[in-house]
Amino acid sequence: MTVFKQEIKSQLKAILIWSLSIGILIAACVLMYPDMESQMDGVNKMFSSMGSFTQAFGMDRLNFGTLIGFYAVEAGNIIGIGGAFFAAIIAVSALMKEEQDHTAEFLFPHPISRVQVITEKLLSVYFIILILNAIVLICSITSILLIHEEIFWKELLLIHLAYLLMQFEIAGICFGVSAFVTRGGMGIGIGIAGLMYILNIVANISDQAKFLKYITAFGYTESADIISSGCLELKYLLPGMVLMIAGIATAYAKYTRKDLR
Amino acid sequence: MAKEPVIVTDHLTKSYGKSRGIVDLDLRVDSGDFFGFIGPNGAGKSTTIRTLLGLIAPTSGSARVLGYDIVSEKEKILQKAGYLPSEIHFYSGMKVRDVLKFSADLRKCDCGKTADELCFRLDLDPSRKVDDLSLGNRKKVGIVCAVQHHPELLILDEPTSGLDPLIQKEFFTILREENEKGSTIFFSSHILSEVQTYCRSAALIKDGKILLSDKVGNLEQTGTKKVTIAGAFRMEKITGLSGVTITDQEDAEAGASEPCDGSRAVGKEPGQKLSFLYQGDIRSLLTVLSGEGLTDVTISEPSLEEIFMHYYES
Repeated sequence: MTVFKQEIKSQLKAILIWSLSIGILIAACVLMYPDMESQMDGVNKMFSSMGSFTQAFGMDRLNFGTLIGFYAVEAGNIIGIGGAFFAAIIAVSALMKEEQDHTAEFLFPHPISRVQVITEKLLSVYFIILILNAIVLICSITSILLIHEEIFWKELLLIHLAYLLMQFEIAGICFGVSAFVTRGGMGIGIGIAGLMYILNIVANISDQAKFLKYITAFGYTESADIISSGCLELKYLLPGMVLMIAGIATAYAKYTRKDLR
Repeated sequence: MAKEPVIVTDHLTKSYGKSRGIVDLDLRVDSGDFFGFIGPNGAGKSTTIRTLLGLIAPTSGSARVLGYDIVSEKEKILQKAGYLPSEIHFYSGMKVRDVLKFSADLRKCDCGKTADELCFRLDLDPSRKVDDLSLGNRKKVGIVCAVQHHPELLILDEPTSGLDPLIQKEFFTILREENEKGSTIFFSSHILSEVQTYCRSAALIKDGKILLSDKVGNLEQTGTKKVTIAGAFRMEKITGLSGVTITDQEDAEAGASEPCDGSRAVGKEPGQKLSFLYQGDIRSLLTVLSGEGLTDVTISEPSLEEIFMHYYES
């Protein structure tokens, strides 16, 4: 696990910065909740009467006046955007950086097979995403405890699980991209994450674009659906997991045969 | 009993899209050899090495290194080989010591003691950060990584670039020691004197093809003579001989003192100097030369460098 350890070590700073940024932002939102709660009636009305904008973020079906509803929209968006970009960046650079930084010529003449390197890098990407989500969840739970609210365990864990799987999916796809590019993959990764986020908003606004939910990784992260149904939307989740596996399989297929520069 | 060659390639070819990499390469390096691999920039030296190490896959042909196939048994080769790339880069943020440990860990080898010793000999501080290292110092880290596990085969791609002369000397001493312990050394270079001094065998690659490959001693004794003449002579007489390759030509400056009578020269200005390589019957050379108004003649053995320069340019 030499490569795995090296990956984690080299990303440690980035992991901490991203985890704490997302975690502290979520905690700050939760900590603001008691002050806002008293004014929530007005806010709720306002948010629910903004037409497409309301739909876009699922606020038509969430009660902004409760902590769950508030958390689902605020925290959901923060961890959704932050987590997606982080997962994309980590995954797309995993294989690419060996050629971009010219370290491939140092690493690969060691007695380690390509498959082994790919596997260890893949595991490191998923492990890093797990660390980020664990830190974020701890920040979140701590902040809810700090405002003396009851923790809505089932919904909270389901929401976080959905976002974790979303990050896994984006990571899998970007890992596939990582095997092909030798430089400049960062833009592609961020592009994929951003595009998926926007596709979900479009799907929320327009009924004709509902089918996009099957494509975007954000389809199954819709908190309104999770809270009302108490489970994840399998019909959106399964295509996503297939995409993820396809991305990973592509990475193996390409990178084991690739001529390294 | 003759040992199996350490490197043997059979019509090894690698092409990148349209551009040529190496073509039908047949190379053979014997066990225990100290082998120099020479060629101009872009001739295919690095391509050959990178193919042998499995960084790139051959387009056609095959090769065996240390008795293993370069495609299907790559890891076995890499376990017993050490490699120094021509331009080496390490993971940012690591210290020299971390890099050496990382490399040793990948080889599952406990070679900290050898590493310390090599660092000391190469004057390399293991506590420095790799990001702050100069090209020469990065190269030293690469050398330690390549040598610390005492590989059976050491492949080095332009190892001396960036190293100061003292370190170069120490580096070759280390290579010689490894060679005496039984390692085969294979290094690419375009510094011909280096190859002449240290190598027992050498091969010349140009345009992706091996032009010649032999013991350095045999390469030096090609029957070729280096001839330098000065004075008044007729150019067409010299070029009329078979086996002449002009290597250097200089005309005397106009108005300079002329040792010879100008009227004697036919076709050419007097007082010029010419160097050429001559491969042929020495008597016909002398016959031609005696007919000219020369003031000076030197006939000597050409250096390996001159032999190779001849191939580089042709």
